[in-house]
Amino acid sequence: METILAIAIGVLAASGTWLVLRPRTFQVVIGLSLLSYAVNLFIFSTGGLRTGAAPVLAPGEAGTLAGYADPVPQALVLTAIVIGFATTALFLVVLLAARGFTGTDHVDGREKGS
Amino acid sequence: MSGWGDHLLILPILVPLIAGAVMILIGERRRRTLAALGVVSTLAVAALALALLGIAGTAEPGAMVRVYRLGDWPAAFGIVLVLDRLAAVMLVLTSVLALAALVFALARWHRAGTYFHPLFQFQIMGLNGAFLTGDLFNLFVFFEVMLAASYGLALHGSTRLRVQSAMHYIVINLVASLLFLIGVSVIYGVTGTLNMADLAGRIPSIAAADRGLMEAGCAVLGVAFVIKAAIWPLGFWLPTTYAAASAPAAAMLSILSKVGIYAILRLWLLLFGDDAGASAGFGGTWLLVGGLATIGFGSVVVLAAQSAARLVGGCVLVSSGTLLAAIAMGVVGVTQGALFYLASSVLGIAAFFLLIELFERGRDAGADVLAVTREAFGEEDEVLSESEESAGIAIPVGTAVLGLSFIACALILAGLPPLSGFVGKLAMLVPLLAPGEAPSAGAWVLLGALLVSGLVTTIAMVRTGIDVFWASPDSVARIRLVEIGPVLLLLGLCIALTAKPQPVMQYLGAAAASLHQPQDYAGGVPTDRPPPGEGKAR
Repeated sequence: METILAIAIGVLAASGTWLVLRPRTFQVVIGLSLLSYAVNLFIFSTGGLRTGAAPVLAPGEAGTLAGYADPVPQALVLTAIVIGFATTALFLVVLLAARGFTGTDHVDGREKGS
Repeated sequence: MSGWGDHLLILPILVPLIAGAVMILIGERRRRTLAALGVVSTLAVAALALALLGIAGTAEPGAMVRVYRLGDWPAAFGIVLVLDRLAAVMLVLTSVLALAALVFALARWHRAGTYFHPLFQFQIMGLNGAFLTGDLFNLFVFFEVMLAASYGLALHGSTRLRVQSAMHYIVINLVASLLFLIGVSVIYGVTGTLNMADLAGRIPSIAAADRGLMEAGCAVLGVAFVIKAAIWPLGFWLPTTYAAASAPAAAMLSILSKVGIYAILRLWLLLFGDDAGASAGFGGTWLLVGGLATIGFGSVVVLAAQSAARLVGGCVLVSSGTLLAAIAMGVVGVTQGALFYLASSVLGIAAFFLLIELFERGRDAGADVLAVTREAFGEEDEVLSESEESAGIAIPVGTAVLGLSFIACALILAGLPPLSGFVGKLAMLVPLLAPGEAPSAGAWVLLGALLVSGLVTTIAMVRTGIDVFWASPDSVARIRLVEIGPVLLLLGLCIALTAKPQPVMQYLGAAAASLHQPQDYAGGVPTDRPPPGEGKAR
C-alpha cells in the first residue's frame, strides 16, 4: 500500500510541477490542483496507513496508536482541502480577469515574440 | 485562564474578524458606515496591541510568555496563542501601519473597487493571528487568511498591470503554501506534535535515523518562509507586485514580507538554538548567504528601477536580505538591532509607498490609473472626489511638505544619519564588530553589503528626487490632510525612534534575549502529551 501511495503522490506532484511551469494560465490552474492533491495525500499519509482503524476513541477506552488512526493529519488535510478550494476558485477569477484585460491566456499577458 | 484580562490575547484576531464579517453584511453601498466601522475597529486593534505590549513588557525574565488556550483545551490537544515581546512589537507595528493605510485609503482608494474594507480587516486579522499563534498548522491557516486578503487588496482597483502581477504573486504564494504544508506534515510525522514549544522540547531527543527527515522538513518549511520574505532567488515577484498594487495595499504589503522574516526568526531560534543537540544552528549558513545575495539583488533592482514604486520594491528586498543575514549571525545584540531595523524599515517603506502615490499624482501615470477606476465605478464618485479635491492645498506648501517627507524616507531607507535607519544599522553592526574578539568573515561581508546597499539606495533616491521635484516644474501637487497625515504619522514615528531610542532598544533587547533563550518560550507553554507510540494517547 505504501508503494502505491508513494507512486501516486510522485506522479501527481511531477505532473503538477510540469504544468505549473507551462505558459498557459489554464495549465497552471490544473497544475496547482494536481500539486495540492499530491500534498493532501502526503499529509494524509504522515499519520501512517492503516485500514479499518477508527480515528475516534470508543467511550471509556484508552486507545493506542496501534489500534487507532491518528486523527490529527485527517483534520489537517480537511483544512488544507478547504483552503486549497478557496484559493483555486480565487485564482480562476483572476485568470478570467487577466484574460479579459489582455486578450490572451499567456501568464505574462502577451504571446512570445509579440 | 482566570479573569477577563486573559482574553485580551484573542481580541486582536476577533475584533477585525467580526468587523470584517459585519461589513460584508452591511453591504458595499454604505461607504461612510463601512469607513467608520473600519476606523473604529483598527483603532481598537491598535489600543489592544498597545495594551498587550505593556503586558508582555511587564513579564519577568523566565516567565516570558502569556499563553491563551483556545476553548480551554489542554495545550497538548488544543491550539494555543502565545504572547511574548516579539509578538507584541509586531502587533503594534501592524496596527500602526493599518491605521495609516486605512486613513490614507479613505481619501479615495477605498472607492476604487469593491470590498476594500472587509478585505482590509481580514488582512489585519491574518497578520495578528500569524504573530500570536503558537502552533505550526495554525500559523499556516493565518498565513492563508493573510494571503487571501492580500490577493484581494493587490487586485484592488484592478488594472491590467495589477491583475497581471497579482496573478504571478498568487501562483507563487500558492506553491509556497504547498511547500509549507509539506514541511509541516513531515515535521508532524517525525515528532508527533505541531505545538512550537513542544516541538522545541522534542528536537534534541529525535533519533539519529529520523533527524535527516526532520531537518529536511524544516528546510522545506524554511523555503516557504523565504518565498514570503522574497529572498533571492525566490523574490523576483516582489518588486513588480508591490509596484503595481494601490498605495494603501502596498503599504500593508510592506509588513507582509516581514511575516516570513518573523517566522524564521521565531522558529529558527526556537528549534535550532543552542539546546537543539545535533541540530543546533541548522541552516544558519544558508540564511546568511541567502540574505547577502538578496541585499545584492535588491541593490541591483534599486539601481535599475525606472519608477519610484519599483525603487521601493528594491528597498523591500534589501531590508529583507539585511534582516535575514543579521538573524543568521545568531548573536543577541545583532538580533536586537535587527528588530529595531525591522520596525524602522517597515515604517519607512510604508510611508514611501503612500508618498509615491501623492507625488506621482501630479504627473501622468497615477492620474491614468485613477481615471480608469473612476470610469469603472461610476460618475457619482467622481463628482464627490472632484469637489473634495478642490479643497486640497496647492503648491508651494504641498510641494515643500512632499519634498521634506521624501528626504526623510530616503534617509530612513538608505540608512543615513540622522534618522532611524542609521540607528538600526549601527545597532546591528556594533555587536558584530565589537573590539576584543575578532569579527567573523560573515560580519565583514555584512558590513560591506550594508554600506554598498546604502550607497546604492542613496544614488537611486537622489536620482528619483531630482526627477520628481526638480525636473518637472509644472507638476502641481495637490494634497489633502487625510492623505499626508498618515505619511507624517509614520515618519514621525521613525523620528521618535531616532530621538528616543533607549526605551525601544531596551524592550527589543529583552525580546531578543528571550528569543535566544528558547527554554523560556518552551517552558512557558505547558505541554503534557507523551510522545506518540508510548502507550496511552491521553
